[in-house]
Amino acid sequence: MAVISFIDAVTMAMREEMRRDQNVFVLGEDVGVRGGVFRATVGLIEEFGEERVIDTPLAESAIVGVGIGAAAYGMRPIAEIQFADFIMPAVNQIVSEAAKMRYRSNNDWNCPMTIRAPFGGGVHGALYHSQSVEAMFTNTPGLKVVAPSTPYDAKGLLKAAIRDEDPVLFFEHKRLYRLIKGEVPDHDYVLPIGKADVKREGTDITVISYGLALHFCLQAAEKLAQEGISAHVLDLRTLYPLDKEAIAEAASKTGKVLIVHEDNKEGGVGGEVAAIVAEHCLFDLDAPIKRLCGPDVPAMPYSPPMEKFFMLNPDKVLKAMRELANF
Amino acid sequence: MATKVLMPQLGESVTEGTISKWLVNVGDNVKKYDSLAEVTTDKVNAEVPSTVSGRIAEIVVPEGETVEIGTLILYIEESGEAGAAAVAPTQEAPVQQQPVSAPVQPSAALAASQPAQQKASPNQDGPKQRYSPAVMALSQEHGIDLSRVVGTGAQGRVTRKDVQAIIDAGGQQAEAPVAQNTAPVAVSQPEPTPVPAAATATSVSSVPATTRVDIPVASGDQIIPVTPIRKTIASRMVQSKHEAPHAWTMVEVDVTNLVHFRNQAKDEFKRKEGLNLTFLPFFIKAVVESLKEYPMINSTWAGDKIIVKKDINISIAVATEDALYVPVIKHADQKSVLGIAKSVDDLAARTRAGKLTMDDMTGGTFTVNNTGSFGSVLSQPIINAPQAAILSVESIVKRPVVINDMIAVRSMVNLCMSLDHRVLDGLICGRFLQSVKQKLENVGPETKLY
Repeated sequence: MAVISFIDAVTMAMREEMRRDQNVFVLGEDVGVRGGVFRATVGLIEEFGEERVIDTPLAESAIVGVGIGAAAYGMRPIAEIQFADFIMPAVNQIVSEAAKMRYRSNNDWNCPMTIRAPFGGGVHGALYHSQSVEAMFTNTPGLKVVAPSTPYDAKGLLKAAIRDEDPVLFFEHKRLYRLIKGEVPDHDYVLPIGKADVKREGTDITVISYGLALHFCLQAAEKLAQEGISAHVLDLRTLYPLDKEAIAEAASKTGKVLIVHEDNKEGGVGGEVAAIVAEHCLFDLDAPIKRLCGPDVPAMPYSPPMEKFFMLNPDKVLKAMRELANF
Repeated sequence: MATKVLMPQLGESVTEGTISKWLVNVGDNVKKYDSLAEVTTDKVNAEVPSTVSGRIAEIVVPEGETVEIGTLILYIEESGEAGAAAVAPTQEAPVQQQPVSAPVQPSAALAASQPAQQKASPNQDGPKQRYSPAVMALSQEHGIDLSRVVGTGAQGRVTRKDVQAIIDAGGQQAEAPVAQNTAPVAVSQPEPTPVPAAATATSVSSVPATTRVDIPVASGDQIIPVTPIRKTIASRMVQSKHEAPHAWTMVEVDVTNLVHFRNQAKDEFKRKEGLNLTFLPFFIKAVVESLKEYPMINSTWAGDKIIVKKDINISIAVATEDALYVPVIKHADQKSVLGIAKSVDDLAARTRAGKLTMDDMTGGTFTVNNTGSFGSVLSQPIINAPQAAILSVESIVKRPVVINDMIAVRSMVNLCMSLDHRVLDGLICGRFLQSVKQKLENVGPETKLY
C-alpha cells in the first residue's frame, strides 16, 4: 500500500472513477491543461481528453449549472470550484436546483453531481482564498456535505460521492493537500457517506472535529496522553447529514465534549453537533459542551500574526482539551 | 487518637443544630454521659452527652454556630491514651495529591484537605456542590451518597469518573460518620434544657435565614429575630397548608349533661387525684373512642399510599407565650379519662417549664386543639402534618336551643375539624364527628372516670 498525499488521493479517486465509468467527467476553472491550481486534476486531460476534462469560463454559476444539466441527462459530473470562497455565485444552482431536483420532480429526476471545493485557511490566502463555507450548506436537505481529513478517507469518500445518485458537496481543506500523507490502497474501495469515524480511542474527554482541525486534535491528544489525559477523537467526515449515532456514542463515552472546527463559532457545524449531544446524552454529560472554533470575524486576515490569531493550532486545541479534562 | 463527637440527630426531621453553650472547656475531664454542650435545634433543646470518658482535646465548633447533623463538634482524648492529643486533628489529615495539571484553587485545596474519603463529612464547608447530569444519574442508579464522595474535578467537583470509580470498586463507599457514631448519642438520656427565648437568642444570627422578604421598617417598629422554634412553626404551617388540601367542617354538640356530670365529679376528683377535672379529657376520650370506629381518620398521606396508624396517639396543642407546642399523649386509646387528664396535666406543665423531650413531641396521629380555653367559638385549625385531621374544641357556651319545638337553654360547644382531603372525604368525617357528638351527649352518671 502506497503512502500518498491527500491531494494525490483525490486525483486517484477521480482517475479511477473516470476509468470505471464513461459518464464521469470533470469541469472547472483550469482543471484541464493546467491540471488545476492545486494540481488535483493533473494528468487527467492527457488520459481522458478535453471532452471529459473541461476548462470552463470563470463563472461558477455556469460550472454548477452545466453540471446539473449534464447530471439530469445521466452524466456524472465532477465540478471543481477553484476555491470554496468562489462558490457564492453558484449557491442558487446548488441550493435551489441541484439539492431540490429529486424532491421537486417527485423522483422523476435526480442530480448525481459532485462539487469539489478546496476550503480553509492557514496558507496565507487571505480573505478570498481561506474561507470555510460549509455551514452555509449544512441545513439544505437534498444536499450531502463531505469533508474528509485523511488521504484514505478522501479517496473512499470522493468515489462514494461520484457514485451517489444525488448532489454531494466535497470540501477538501487546502492545507491538508500536501501536509498530510497516509496509506491509501490502490484498489477500488468506497466509504459510506454519513458515517463518522473514531480516529483515536480515549476515556477522559471526547473531541469532535473535521478537516485540518482534526489533525490538531490528534496532535494535542498525543501530547495530553503523556499527562495522563486520554482523549477520544471523532472525525465527523460527513457534515450533512451528521452521523447522530456516532456523535451520541462518542459523547456518552466520556461525558465531556469538545467540538473543534476552523469555521466561525456562531452558527457553525459545532452548534448542531452540540445540539445532538444535548438532545441525546443529557444524563451522560459531566461537563458543559464546549466549542473551540474560529473567531466570529468576517474573514481570514492576511497579516501573518492576525492569521495566526484566527487559525486554530495544536496548542490552542491542547489548552481547551486540558481545561475540559480538568473540569 | 482522639475520639470524635458529632452533632447528634435530635429528632427525625432535624437537619442541623446550634451549639448554644459549651458546658466543657479544653482540658476538662469528662465521664461517659456527662453533658458536653447545650444544643438548640428547631424542635428541641437538648444536651449532648459524652460518648466516652476522657479529656476534652479540642472544641471544633464554636458557641453560637449552627452545623449539620453528623458534623464533628469536639474531640475527646480517651482515658488511658497517651498524651499525644497535641497533634491537632487538622494536621493529621493527609492532604490528597492534586492532579499535577489541575490549577490549584483555594476551594480545590479545601476539598482536598478534607481528611480523606473515609472521613469526609458532608460538604457543608466548601462551595455549594453542583452535580452534572451524569453524576446525578449514576449516583441514583447505584445508590451512591454524593455528599460522601471526594471530587477530583475543578474546585473539588465530583466528576463522572469519580462516581464510576466507586461503582467499579463494587459500590464500596466510605463509612458514613453520621449513621454510625450518632446513634448512641441520640438523646439516650434526654435532659432538655429550658426552652426558647434566652437560650436561642445567641444562635439566631448563625441560623441561615429562611426566605427573606423585603418589607420596609419604619422608625419605632420593633424587629424580633426569628427563633428556631418560630421558624419551625412557620415552615410546618406553610408546609401543611401547601401540601394538604384543607377541608373544614363543624358540628355543634349539646354538652349540658357533660357539664352537669363534670360539676358533680370535679370536687371529689380533685380531692382524690389532686388534679383539676377539666372538660378536655372528656373530649379527648370521645375522640379516641371514635377514632377506633373510624381508623381512616387516624392515618397519614404518604404520596403513593395511605398509612393507617395502629396506635392512637393524640397530639394536644399547648401554647406558651411565644410559641406553640404539640406534645403527644401516647396510646391514648389505652387510657381512661383519668389517665388522659393526668397526661394532659403533665404535658402542659412540662411544656410551660420547657422540659419536653423529643419523645414527647413525636408520634402523634391525630390532634385535639383546645381553642375554647381562650374563648374561641369557631376556628379553622391547620392540620398538624403528616396527620390527616385536627379537631378543635371551642368554648362551651349557654345558648337557646330548640328541643322538641321548645326553646331551652343548653350548654353548647362547637367542634371544628380540618381534614386532609387527599386522605379523607366529608362523609367519613361527618360520621366521625357524629360519633364524637353522640359520645359527648351521652355522658352521664354512668360515665366512668377510671
